[in-house]
Amino acid sequence: MSVSIWTIVMVAVFGLVAIGLYGLLIIRNLIKIVVALQIFAKGTILVMVAAGAMSGKPAVGQSLAITVIVADTVVTVMALALAIQVRRWSGTLDTRVISRLRR
Amino acid sequence: MWIQILVLGSTLLCALMAIRASRLLVAALWLAGCSAFLALSIALLGAPEVGVVELSVGAGLVTVIFVFAISVAGEETVGVQSVVPRPLAWTLMALFAVLLVWLCVPGLAAPALPRDALPFLRALWVERSLDTVLQVAMIFSGVLGSLGLLAERRTPHARQAGEGAAP
Repeated sequence: MSVSIWTIVMVAVFGLVAIGLYGLLIIRNLIKIVVALQIFAKGTILVMVAAGAMSGKPAVGQSLAITVIVADTVVTVMALALAIQVRRWSGTLDTRVISRLRR
Repeated sequence: MWIQILVLGSTLLCALMAIRASRLLVAALWLAGCSAFLALSIALLGAPEVGVVELSVGAGLVTVIFVFAISVAGEETVGVQSVVPRPLAWTLMALFAVLLVWLCVPGLAAPALPRDALPFLRALWVERSLDTVLQVAMIFSGVLGSLGLLAERRTPHARQAGEGAAP
């Protein structure tokens, strides 16, 4: 059985999204949560390009991938700015300690 | 084919090391490597424009912002105890894997890449010009929002110093 290039790409997409999801589930450091979110988004970018090519509309897939890159960058910048403010006001980046501050 | 496998494997390795790294700065650098390999992979898939944007924004700009944020917030190694119990995390991952394979199996036998009738630049700037303008507006709102969040409140002392300096 010959393996198509898209099968390999889909395996890589699964790996990236799985690593990002695992990171989002277990990480407690606010800045590393943003790293995990970035990895998740990288899987999304790859699947946009691959899905566009597989469905015969590569231009649409590529322009959507650029949209995802831009939106993801803005989300990252905002999240890091929020993390800095959280660190400044609460003195920690640990999500458990921050959630305990509310009570 | 083999170079694609090598590049995608390196991407996955960098992503895994970014999650496993205990120091924040090291995690940011592994993420930059992951982004660079992903850009190369996207270029090899026949989308060099997206690869260039991913390389300049994902590996360049985001890494600079990460290093800046880590230098402002400081290194803090949070304990290894996870948010959800690890067995639950692995169960959710397995569930996700089953779901993804179920979604992807019909797509695995996809036909070869046909040549595009709609050029990329036309799709981006003509067909989706409104989205592109909105993206530019979103970038600027993001930059202004982060500047607003990072801004220090003016203390009375700084205000007096500012007024003293003004003519």
